[in-house]
Amino acid sequence: MVAQTIPATMQARSHNGRMIELTNITKAYAMGTQTVHALRGVNGTIDRGEFIAIMGPSGSGKSTLMNIIGCLDTPTAGTYILDGVDVSDMTDDEQARIRNRMVGFVFQQFNLLPRTTALKQVALPLMYAGFGRSERLERAKAALEQVGLGDRIDHKPDELSGGQQQRVAIARALATEPSIILADEPTGALDTQTGEDIMALFQELNDQGITIVMVTHDPEVAQCAQRTIQIRDGLIVDDGRGQAEGDA
Amino acid sequence: MNLSESFLTALDALLANKLRAVLTMLGVIIGVAAVIALVSIGNGLDAFITGEIQSIGSNLLFVTTDSENSGGYPALSLDDVEALSDPFNAPALAAVSAEIGGQQEVIAYGINERTAVNGVTYNYFDVNNYVVELGNGFLQSDLDTRARVAVIGPEIAETLFGDTFPIGESVKIGGVSYEVIGVTEAKGESVGSNPDTTIFVPLSTAQSRLYPRRTRTGERAINLITAQAVSENQTDAAIEQITETLRDQHGIIYASDDDFTIISQTALLESFSAITATLTLFLGAVAGISLVVGGIGIMNIMLVSVTERTREIGIRKAIGALRRDILLQFLIESVLLSLIGGIIGIVLGASAAFALSNFLGELVPTVDLGTIVMATSFATAVGVIFGLYPAWRASNLRPIEALRYE
Ligand SMILES: Nc1ncnc2c1ncn2[C@@H]1O[C@H](COP(=O)(O)OP(=O)(O)OP(=O)(O)O)[C@@H](O)[C@H]1O
Ligand SMILES: [Mg+2]
Repeated sequence: MVAQTIPATMQARSHNGRMIELTNITKAYAMGTQTVHALRGVNGTIDRGEFIAIMGPSGSGKSTLMNIIGCLDTPTAGTYILDGVDVSDMTDDEQARIRNRMVGFVFQQFNLLPRTTALKQVALPLMYAGFGRSERLERAKAALEQVGLGDRIDHKPDELSGGQQQRVAIARALATEPSIILADEPTGALDTQTGEDIMALFQELNDQGITIVMVTHDPEVAQCAQRTIQIRDGLIVDDGRGQAEGDA
Repeated sequence: MNLSESFLTALDALLANKLRAVLTMLGVIIGVAAVIALVSIGNGLDAFITGEIQSIGSNLLFVTTDSENSGGYPALSLDDVEALSDPFNAPALAAVSAEIGGQQEVIAYGINERTAVNGVTYNYFDVNNYVVELGNGFLQSDLDTRARVAVIGPEIAETLFGDTFPIGESVKIGGVSYEVIGVTEAKGESVGSNPDTTIFVPLSTAQSRLYPRRTRTGERAINLITAQAVSENQTDAAIEQITETLRDQHGIIYASDDDFTIISQTALLESFSAITATLTLFLGAVAGISLVVGGIGIMNIMLVSVTERTREIGIRKAIGALRRDILLQFLIESVLLSLIGGIIGIVLGASAAFALSNFLGELVPTVDLGTIVMATSFATAVGVIFGLYPAWRASNLRPIEALRYE
């Protein structure tokens, strides 16, 4: 399956149970003459199979952190070890491979391709992973069935409800059988009922062993997670394990 | 991800916006169509001129006066023709004919017409590939007796005599009556003259009655000697023999230049081919410029497309597309645009060339494979060259910024 395409070194080290290891991660944006410090030295770990909620005020650096965890962005400084592999200084294409094989993204705005059927959307990461056409469609169909959209595979985004679109996005995240699913406010654009359905789906995926990291503003949604990490001003103020990282 | 996947992805994107794709292609379509049409016409022109020159006869050599070295007099006379006809002087020559000509007022049945009247030797029709269709050509005796007989072109025959059978009729040339003894077969207008409207009379008759010019030594002049070499590879030898014989005839000393010029049919063909080749190249280059303009149009639209689809690129990258995947996708899009445009252009250009051939008479445009291959590869190259930068821009987008793009 997907594992066959992941280098042996990644698998060999994955037995220690540690999925994510962040050490002194900082992220600074140069804005003209000013520098914005989005992350100011984040330390923390997430274990295999955990379901994490990240909370914090707007602008505290939650999305920035998620992007770094998902290898969409690189930290300004610090070390990030993902499943035993140091990914802090990878090239664009190396990061793309990690995103393709290990990470599944679920965004607040769904981020589906316009004018593309659900089946094709979900098959897309499998295409970049190098699967043949028939296997791609088979797996995409299975992923869509898993999120309860087996009867909507030929629908385009504008022919689907918000909740259904988010399910397509989740199916797409699942297609390559990643180790982690990263969801940045996945219920932010959905009504309460639909949001609850999506959370139930996440719960189900987590039960199957997939690590889930989710940003949310909604304490009720955060309840679904096993652990909640609190962020403020670019620092983790509570990692949900009982020992706080002070801002000294 | 392999090439055929990139191809299908690119095709999908183009089909999603058909009108724009077609409008973008328009530049290339017009460019390629222009290249094909103009180069075909150029090739057709070349074939036409070659055919014309070859229809004059084969292995011909034309001798005329070199006016710069002849002191204002015609240089050639019938004595020269006789000397060249002697196999002892010019064994490489099979036949030698001569002519003198000009425009004359001709009258028949009250119809007044100004047309070319040429005095020719009896073998003129053979050497120059004329067929006397009705009646007869000239005999040596017609030349000996300065007979007032004429062989006329089919068009002038029609003009002067209409439906009347022309043989035996008389035509007045320069105030003197001539009996029509023959009509030549239609040859069609050729470069610079029209044999179908020409009236031929015996050379000696023309010299004494119509064109009384004389050479420096007082011989009756002729304009042109047309000599036929025995074979194509004897033309060089023939040129040498003609030069020597005529220098001897004209008493030209070693230090002086020839007072005549020899042009071979081959040289004529070559110089005309060089002209049409240059013309074709020029037409092709002008059309090629419009192809480049078409390429700039593609680049423009591809850049717009990359900007518009920034978010799509971000999504693709987020789920694992490599730089190469994005690069190929957009590059193939622009190559498809130019290639499809090129193919439509070829069809349109060829159709235009053939449609034009209705107006070009005997000039038949020639669409050859070389032109098609050249235009297609040029169009593809345009797609690659002008697609490379937009594709490179797309592949270089940072996924995080692309995703945030509104
Ligand atoms: N590309 C960027 N350029 C400059 N500053 C940025 C950029 N991205 C984020 N920031 C800044 O970094 C800080 C953290 O942003 P981030 O998006 O991580 O916040 P957030 O916690 O996700 O907020 P929200 O809950 O509103 O989504 C903010 O102050 C923001 O202005
Ligand atoms: Mg955010």
